[in-house]
Parts: sequence; structure tokens; C-alpha cells
Amino acid sequence: MAEASRISKFLYTFIVLFIIWLFLTASVDPQELTIGLVFSFIVALLTHDIFTTRGLANLHPRRVAYFIAYIPYFLWAMLMANLDVAYRVLHPKRPINPGIVECKTELKNEVGKLALANSITLTPGTITLDVDGDRYFIHWIDVKDASVEGASENITRPFEKFLKVIFE
Amino acid sequence: MSALAGIGEFLVLFGTVFYFLSTLGLIRMPDVYNRMQTATKSATLGSLGVIIGTGIWAIGEGLSIAWLTKTLIIAVFLLLTNPISAHALIRGAYKSGIPLWEGSVVDKYKEHLEKKSQEGGEE
Repeated sequence: MAEASRISKFLYTFIVLFIIWLFLTASVDPQELTIGLVFSFIVALLTHDIFTTRGLANLHPRRVAYFIAYIPYFLWAMLMANLDVAYRVLHPKRPINPGIVECKTELKNEVGKLALANSITLTPGTITLDVDGDRYFIHWIDVKDASVEGASENITRPFEKFLKVIFE
Repeated sequence: MSALAGIGEFLVLFGTVFYFLSTLGLIRMPDVYNRMQTATKSATLGSLGVIIGTGIWAIGEGLSIAWLTKTLIIAVFLLLTNPISAHALIRGAYKSGIPLWEGSVVDKYKEHLEKKSQEGGEE
């Protein structure tokens, strides 16, 4: 995807910074809002070029809707991951079967790849070791399928359907 | 004690249980890679529970809403940065030559690195 214009990038950075400011102060006093606007403006002016490559296109309603749907899905996967880890830690025989497998992803966008890597790290039994182009090297605590396709099916597929819409 | 304070207390308890499991995992797992698994996951979810639980608990005790919004921001930052640090640590461990556990089944990354160095040598 082509890079967005400077204005769009600047506006996007400004909006994100201002939302963070709103959460941090938790106040709608006009004085707080004014100083927040001023500081968001200054910081956005300095950093908008490295903060985002797509600018306001990130706020497309479809992306936002998928993102909101992704949050409970992700939290649920994370909870399952922790129960899984708890089971492995507490079980007297320590049922682990670890190994490093390779996955392929369909995502092209760099931020999307980062989000996928983070999601993999926090969900059942997997942790991202390295990313090289569209190949992920993942340490899997319980290897069920060592082939590339099988591992992708088990690890990356469930997230890709969300992340593809959010980031592509 | 209001219902919100009750939810907050439950979340803090839930988080500390996972903190405990995370520490136990550090002792029980055989090598650095499996330890990273338990440490990252349980510590992240445990922190989320404790941090957001504190925010909700404070609201239930009649403190200002600012508690909850600040804890939410902290939780989001933690959720975004923790997996990256885990990734950096585990990659650093692999690059510095720490071997996998003897029970490991496959090591695709080693094959990949060997292939890459061969291609580099031929050029």
C-alpha cells in the first residue's frame, strides 16, 4: 500500500496521542484539554514521520470494528494459553514436547507482522523466535505437526483472518 | 464493599495465582526456551489481572475514575511491550548458542540458518 500524505500521518499521530492524554489525565477540564492539545501537537509534529506509514487510513470503520472484535477473541486465547501452561507446570509428568517449527504468513504489512508475532507469543504454547520475510520461526511447547503447512494451520491461521482486515 | 470492589479483589487474586504459576514454571521447566514460555504468558496475564483489578477495586472503594483509566493505559502498554522483550530474549538466547532441551523434536530454525549461510558462501 502506498504511503499516506504527511497531513494524514500527522493527524493520525495527533489523534492517538491525544487519546492517550485523555486516558492519562482522566479529566475534561478545559485547561487540561488545551495543554493536552498543545503537547500532542508538538509531539506529533516531531514524530509523525516514524510513527505511522498509512495515516488516517488506519481509522477506517471496518478496521476499527474488526479490531474491537479481535480484543475479546485475543483475551480468550490468552486465558486458554495460561490454563494450558498451568496444566503443564502442575502436572507431575511435565507433558511437554518442544521444538522449533516454521510457519508461513500471508500478511505483507510490517505492523501486521509485528501484531501477529505478538499474538503468537501470548497464545497457547508458542513463542516467536525470529521472523524472516514471510517465514516465522516459532518455539512450540507441544509439537503436533512439524511440517510448514500443518504448523501454520495450527498457529497463525486463527489470527490471520482478523489481522488481514485490520492491517492490509 | 460494593460489587465493583468485589470484582477487583477477584481479579487481583486471579493475577497473583498466575504470578505464582509463572514462578513455579521457571523452576520446573527444563530449558531456557520452555521457561520463557511460562514466564511470558503467565506473567503478562497475571499483571493484566492485578493492574486492571486494582483500577476496578479503587472505583469500588469510591476513589476517582482516573485510577481505572491510568491502569488501563499501563495494561495496554504492558500487553504491547512484554511479548517483544520475550522475543528479544529468546532470540538472543538462540544466537548465543544455548542448546534446546534434549527432548525437542524439530529445529527448523537451525536448518534455515544453515541453508542461509551456505547460500551466502556460494555467492
